[in-house]
Amino acid sequence: MPPPAPISRTFRARCSRVPLLGWLSGALAAVVLERFVGTPLALAVGLPKIPALFGIDIMLKKPLLIPNAVLYTVLIYLLPIAAVALSTAFLTNRLAGGLMKLPVAVPVAVHLGLLYAALHFWADVSDYRSLVLKLTMIAIMLTLSLNVINGYMGEFSCSHPGFMALGAYCASVVTVGLFVDGNYFGIALLPGETGPFLFPIDLVAGGLLAAFGALFVAIPSFRTRGDYLAIISLAFLFIVKSLIENFEFVRGPRGMSGQPDLAGLPTVFSWAVLCVWSINNFVRSTVGKAMNAVRDNEMAAEAMTVDTRRTKIVAFLFAAFWAGVAGGLFAHVLRYVNPGTFGIQNLAEVLAMVYFGGLNSVYGSIVGAVSISLLGEALRPLEIFKWIIIPLLLILVMIYRPTGLIAFKDLEVATLLRPKQGPDGER
Amino acid sequence: MPILEVRNMSHDFGGLRAVQNYSLDLEPGQIRGLIGPNGAGKTTIFNLLTGIYVPTEGEVMLNGTRINGLPAHRIASMGISRTFQNLLLWRHMTVLEHVKMARYSKIRYGLAGAFFGTPKRKREEAEIAERSYGLLEMMGIRHLADQVVLNLPYGAQRRVEMARALATEPRILLLDEPTAGMNPEELVQIMEIVRKVHKDFGLAILLIEHRLKVVMELCHKIQTVNFGELIAEGTPEEIQNDPKVIDAYLGKENVG
Repeated sequence: MPPPAPISRTFRARCSRVPLLGWLSGALAAVVLERFVGTPLALAVGLPKIPALFGIDIMLKKPLLIPNAVLYTVLIYLLPIAAVALSTAFLTNRLAGGLMKLPVAVPVAVHLGLLYAALHFWADVSDYRSLVLKLTMIAIMLTLSLNVINGYMGEFSCSHPGFMALGAYCASVVTVGLFVDGNYFGIALLPGETGPFLFPIDLVAGGLLAAFGALFVAIPSFRTRGDYLAIISLAFLFIVKSLIENFEFVRGPRGMSGQPDLAGLPTVFSWAVLCVWSINNFVRSTVGKAMNAVRDNEMAAEAMTVDTRRTKIVAFLFAAFWAGVAGGLFAHVLRYVNPGTFGIQNLAEVLAMVYFGGLNSVYGSIVGAVSISLLGEALRPLEIFKWIIIPLLLILVMIYRPTGLIAFKDLEVATLLRPKQGPDGER
Repeated sequence: MPILEVRNMSHDFGGLRAVQNYSLDLEPGQIRGLIGPNGAGKTTIFNLLTGIYVPTEGEVMLNGTRINGLPAHRIASMGISRTFQNLLLWRHMTVLEHVKMARYSKIRYGLAGAFFGTPKRKREEAEIAERSYGLLEMMGIRHLADQVVLNLPYGAQRRVEMARALATEPRILLLDEPTAGMNPEELVQIMEIVRKVHKDFGLAILLIEHRLKVVMELCHKIQTVNFGELIAEGTPEEIQNDPKVIDAYLGKENVG
């Protein structure tokens, strides 16, 4: 009789047999639990209220409460997630297998529904969580779209906050002008109820303006690469910023406020999903892979019939479009924009997310955006030290994984969702 | 009628005349060798024919249409494909992706398909993949389809480049030193492949080569260039005995 395997190994083996569906169900169970028994439990373990971000903020503020916060996180997140995910593994594997037999849209919709439900309950606990979540999703859109240029096409573009600013201001001008009685543009032209219907068009308009702006970087990119293009794109960023600062119509450096409350969690979530979906589609098509060919060897790409100019234009415009949409959402989440937001600091953050997460990878961008934005929020109590810890982390990643955490990996929906055990899973 | 006709093509790099009055009549299905000492301008001639450089003077006609001045990707999609002397592969892409990429100009699903993953795109991508597997099969590297090219041995990389060049559906194939850096065994294999693609696709081939054995065995006719200028043209036997060619390669015999 073989000796029993160590517990840690069997546990890991059992975890590896849980499909994504199982983990999502576990997460949903945990956040529902928190929603209903979170406050009493938090009081019971000696915390003043439900910890906002997995207890990290409380730990940093009051080190004495570390054991309590850890206990809370284990009781409310780790145990329920592990319990539900592992105990239902058989069921969820069967279910995932059944779903995969249907057209791919069905399992995707089921998983997204579960994910949204989990996020919704999690964010329902406090406004702060909801805001962090929305900003994180916007960060995903920005990171992914910048990865198209910097990762997939290998150009170093610094103009992303500029594209974002164009989208943010365009979207804000439209909504404030149409729906708000104000001292900028006179009376509201349309009743506020039409807002949610016009908002998508408004965001697309912002995206298109950003895409138009991207032409000013894309056209020079025909002739220059590398450092020179980085400088051109940086110049573009400053041009956009000082244009807005000197443009009294949008209130210059004082910024615009009063955007109607149109960017709720479902709206931001849907746009983020749409963004990830379309970018993932694009980068896996042969037309999109042409970006990789341009990056790895432009001359060979031309000789193999790839229209390199078209490829560059499309990549820049497409990426700028999504940056513009993200900017529009950003303006309506905060309900205030000023040109100062779209400066070097913002650029550094987005670049950090791209390079931390991993070049040329949708997974990487999501991981990078989520981890850097959550880390940035969670480490807030450290104040100035936050800006020592995050860069240090970045340096470590660059030393040990120079292309980022998860680089050069395609996101295949079918692989992600497939059952991990049973008749349809791998054995 | 020649499929590729070049009339008095010249090219200057600044003040340096790299190619001088080069002319060529390439008949359909012909294998033509292009030899000459290092730095004679052979690769420059390839770059001029494929549109990477634009000739300073002269004309390049493909099937009677003037193609000089067109962008390289247009010329490539019109039927001139090539391989490179120093293997210009895309380092992060797999073998299959290389071959699929060369179908770029034939893709019809457009940007809508690329962004939204339409059924048309699915169909087309599947078709392209199938054709690409066919070419890989022919080159004997189908089992490597999902490998990143960087990990492959040199001989296999050469084959990837050849498969990629053929995926553009060329009528003329320009091979820039296909046997560079190969051992005798690989040499025989690559010659076999050149013969095979010539026969199966009915291609006209223009071949830069340093190994006379290869040139003599494969080519119907040979051109010799030196200092950017044609110095001899003829059948392998004529070239082998041409005093100007011997001069260019070995220098003048110093008698007395």
